[in-house]
Amino acid sequence: MSSILTASIGRKLLMSITGLFLISFITVHLAINLSLVLDDSGKLFNMGANFMATNPVIKIIEPLLGLGFLIHILWSLNIGYQNWKARPVRYQKTSLSKSSTWASRNMLILGTLLFVFLIIHVINFFLVIKFNPHLMYTVTVNGIEMEDTYTLVASLFKDSIAYCILYILGGLLLGLHLSHGFWSAFQTLGLNNKYWMKRLQVIGRIYAILVAIGFSAIPLYFIIKF
Amino acid sequence: MSILNSKTPEGLLTEKWSRHKAGIKVVSPANKRKLEVIVVGTGLGGASAAASLAELGYKVKSFCYQDSPRRAHSIAAQGGINAAKNYPNDNDSVFRLFYDTIKGGDYRAREANVYRLAEVSPNIIDQCVAQGVPFGREYGGLLANRSFGGVLVSRTFYARGQTGQQLLIGAYQALNRQISMGNVEMYSRYEMLDVVIIDGKARGIIARDLVTGKIKRFGAHAVVVATGGYGNVFFLSTNAMGSNGSAAWQCYKKGAFMANPCFVQIHPTCIPVHGEQQSKLTLMSESLRNDGRVWVPKKKEDAVKLQKGQIGPNDIPDEDRDFYLERRYPSYGNLVPRDVASRAAKERCDAGFGVNSEGKAVFLDFKYAIERLGRNVIEARYGNLFQMYEKITDANPYVEPMMIYPAIHYSMGGTWVDYNLMTTIPGLYSIGEANFSDHGANRLGASALMQGLADGYFILPYTIGDYLADEIMTPKTDTNAPEFVEAEKAVINRLEKLFNIKGSKPVDYFHKKLGHIMWDYVGMSRNEEGLKKAIELIKEVREEFWKDVNIPGELNNLNPELEKAGRVADFFDIGELIAYDALDRNESCGGHFREESATEEGEAKRNDDKYTYVSCWEYKGEGQEPVLHKEDLVFENVKLSQRSYK
Amino acid sequence: MADKILKKLNIKVWRQKNAAGKGRFETYTIENISTGTSFLEMMDILNNKLIEKGIDPIAFDHDCREGICGTCSLYINGHPHGPDTEVTTCQLHMRKFKEGETITVEPWRAAAFPVIKDLIVDRSAFDKILQAGGFISVNTGGVPDANVIPVAYEDAEEAMDAAACIGCGACVAACKNSSAMLFVSAKVSHLAKLPQGKVEAKKRANNMVAKMDELGFGGCTNTGDCEAECPKSISITNIARLNREYIVSCLSK
Repeated sequence: MSSILTASIGRKLLMSITGLFLISFITVHLAINLSLVLDDSGKLFNMGANFMATNPVIKIIEPLLGLGFLIHILWSLNIGYQNWKARPVRYQKTSLSKSSTWASRNMLILGTLLFVFLIIHVINFFLVIKFNPHLMYTVTVNGIEMEDTYTLVASLFKDSIAYCILYILGGLLLGLHLSHGFWSAFQTLGLNNKYWMKRLQVIGRIYAILVAIGFSAIPLYFIIKF
Repeated sequence: MSILNSKTPEGLLTEKWSRHKAGIKVVSPANKRKLEVIVVGTGLGGASAAASLAELGYKVKSFCYQDSPRRAHSIAAQGGINAAKNYPNDNDSVFRLFYDTIKGGDYRAREANVYRLAEVSPNIIDQCVAQGVPFGREYGGLLANRSFGGVLVSRTFYARGQTGQQLLIGAYQALNRQISMGNVEMYSRYEMLDVVIIDGKARGIIARDLVTGKIKRFGAHAVVVATGGYGNVFFLSTNAMGSNGSAAWQCYKKGAFMANPCFVQIHPTCIPVHGEQQSKLTLMSESLRNDGRVWVPKKKEDAVKLQKGQIGPNDIPDEDRDFYLERRYPSYGNLVPRDVASRAAKERCDAGFGVNSEGKAVFLDFKYAIERLGRNVIEARYGNLFQMYEKITDANPYVEPMMIYPAIHYSMGGTWVDYNLMTTIPGLYSIGEANFSDHGANRLGASALMQGLADGYFILPYTIGDYLADEIMTPKTDTNAPEFVEAEKAVINRLEKLFNIKGSKPVDYFHKKLGHIMWDYVGMSRNEEGLKKAIELIKEVREEFWKDVNIPGELNNLNPELEKAGRVADFFDIGELIAYDALDRNESCGGHFREESATEEGEAKRNDDKYTYVSCWEYKGEGQEPVLHKEDLVFENVKLSQRSYK
Repeated sequence: MADKILKKLNIKVWRQKNAAGKGRFETYTIENISTGTSFLEMMDILNNKLIEKGIDPIAFDHDCREGICGTCSLYINGHPHGPDTEVTTCQLHMRKFKEGETITVEPWRAAAFPVIKDLIVDRSAFDKILQAGGFISVNTGGVPDANVIPVAYEDAEEAMDAAACIGCGACVAACKNSSAMLFVSAKVSHLAKLPQGKVEAKKRANNMVAKMDELGFGGCTNTGDCEAECPKSISITNIARLNREYIVSCLSK
């Protein structure tokens, strides 16, 4: 049992479990975010944000999510270092473009870029919502007073093309990351065989495309509409 | 009276082995721990022997020149392994396997040995399955069989076209297990360069660490040589590039007799030679003859057009195709034994009906099988072989027939051994292809794997006890003994001599030259004049070699050219002995065809009155002619008849 | 199908005197090579030319030259075993190269496969992994009849698919992490798929993975390069099976 976390397979196992956890988070996150484009009044989005902010289950999951991010990121560095060590002398010429996808070979780079994005994203929204709510307006939706998260988000996109582009890029990067990460998580857990290999890869790709399009569509919508 | 004692047990053929086992000595477990055995070579014979001996408790040192024991050339065997299981219910039996093997070997093998081989064959399959060899199976989950040349039953077990690989991996796994348990010390990238004899008994070896070039001494209570055959004398063969006869040859020079060296097998289905730069020949499994039909054009003009590349094989209609094996041997057809199929191909090509640009190839056609069974079935059976053929030749065998031609494949001859597999040097054993024992003058397909594993798993582990039981009081061999010092010095001197020639030509130049002499005069068809000429020519090239070979690099470093040079130096001597032996045996039998001894139809004619013996050659010193001893072969259970596959 | 002559090729190759030596690339030219020549035969020709010029020939591993022993191991133009698919270096033919091309030839690169000389690397790490558990613990003799335990046709076929591994190390060479997971998983799958090997399956996976890690191979990140470059097309579904076996074995301890 002890070796499960230290052995190479064990380390990957943590990546896979945290990855799947983050995938489920991203799914929920995307679902709520899509309400940004469905309702320009912001009611729908604010309700969703409020639900997430007040729901006790989410309150419990929130620190876990942070931990998930932390493990996923730190462990990737550890794994990256171990794997880098395994080849002290590099090849002069490699030509693997036909043997594997670019994303699969560059998950660490994609992950690092996503991490940078994540920091900006956290500064933009999460820190404000969580620790500086006095900077936000309040609205009343269906008789409940809540913070106007919609305005926070919408004004960022309305005011800055640069942020829009950054968020579009973020969405695309996430899609690329998931195009490998999704099926890879199942593979690492051993939940794969010759029948499911193709299926998982196809599902993974569809999911990645949906995530990429979904997240990028939001800033794009604001660029076009406003 | 011959000085050779085969120690063949008395009694009924069917009881010889059990009676022998009951009569030989056994070493107690406590004493086994004190006894050391060196096993050289890690092919099917060597790996299975090393593993089995270690399981019994002996301390084993195992050697191979490859970087891993798993790479020994047994791995390249494709088609299958025979065993008298009679699973297909086609009236197979131990006796039938014995009879087929004796007959296939043209009655030049020892009855008792061959019967024992057939007798233990079923155990091999059981053993391999228990080890995890993924043999081909039927949908019901039981083992599948296919048929092979020279027999009328299906008794060949197979793992796709990679049977040798799978069996070797099985033996290698068993060996690995013993290595992990500390019972075997493994020395990879080591080459045995001499055997050390102390007081008339084999007590160790001198080996070169191929990575550092250091010469090292290894002592033991017995030495087992499982170093395969010497087919590379011919330069082009289906053997691996590193396969060599040197270990066996050093044993010969130290007093072990060489038996039947002229019995070399020429395999009928190899990819033909192209150009001058070719380094080796690739075998296409004999199993292909199950479904492929061999043919050349009936009309000479078609053959000429094919040679010039003006027409393709599919341009020749069925009625203009000469299925010469089916024509000449209607009862066995395309499944005649290897020697017969090889000679028939040569006969057609010599007559001008060859089908490639060099006129040295015949067709092996799957068109008919594909029509009959469908492409899927053929693909399932031979897919990997077809793929390999296409990669090498750039031609698609599903669409046009394969081109094949005979090539040197296996040495039936080898170190002489008695019924216990011991050579004429006490304590020195020889197993697998390295010995001469079971295949006579021709080996049947799928029998080499059987013999290697029979020797290693089920024969040597018993018979070696008979010798070692008397060695339990012998202390650990002292590798500082003067015999070791002397042997090591001789090895170093020889390497230095070779290295310091600093001539003008690379080793390959001489090896190719030797190969041409062997193929032209000591190949598929031999005669007195040619053999005598070969002996002269070999002497000349050898002399040139020892004056003009150029070995670059360093003595004390990894040096593949130096390794090759040592092996080729021995090939000259081996080639010469093959020619001597072929000259002595003025009869045609199995792989050995003397033009002086043929029927009017050109079929081989054996001469049982004069040659029913094993030729055993004794080394008499450098530059001396070897001396022939004869072990008469006695047949009590089969009637000698002219082999017919018609 | 007809062979052509490549008039001139440049061979850029890694030269390294011994394990301790510092290596470098050297470029040699070679002329008039038939496209029907195998890559290793081309190397033979080049070597004989070098010998004539008094240059130490290029050391490379090779033996059976029919694609089954797994000895040959060259990283050619960015691919283990070169640009052709489903072949080993010894089966690669010169028809895959272009006139005047510079062909880069490197040894397998991995911490676990140190260079011994020029293009020869030490792959004994593979043997050590197998010694850690890549076997079925049965002694010679005393085994049941081969047909006592039926094995489903599909299982035998799948076992054979995995057992086809030739241990050449192309998977490690191809993997950006120098991971040996395909190699290890092939052995684990081969034996786990058969009832005879199932008995020790958990212990086997555990011990082999521990040894693999100890020897300095990287981890698997599922890029799939190993499968694509494997001369025997061993599938990465075997890696999924290894992961499964490993996790189960860890959880049941």
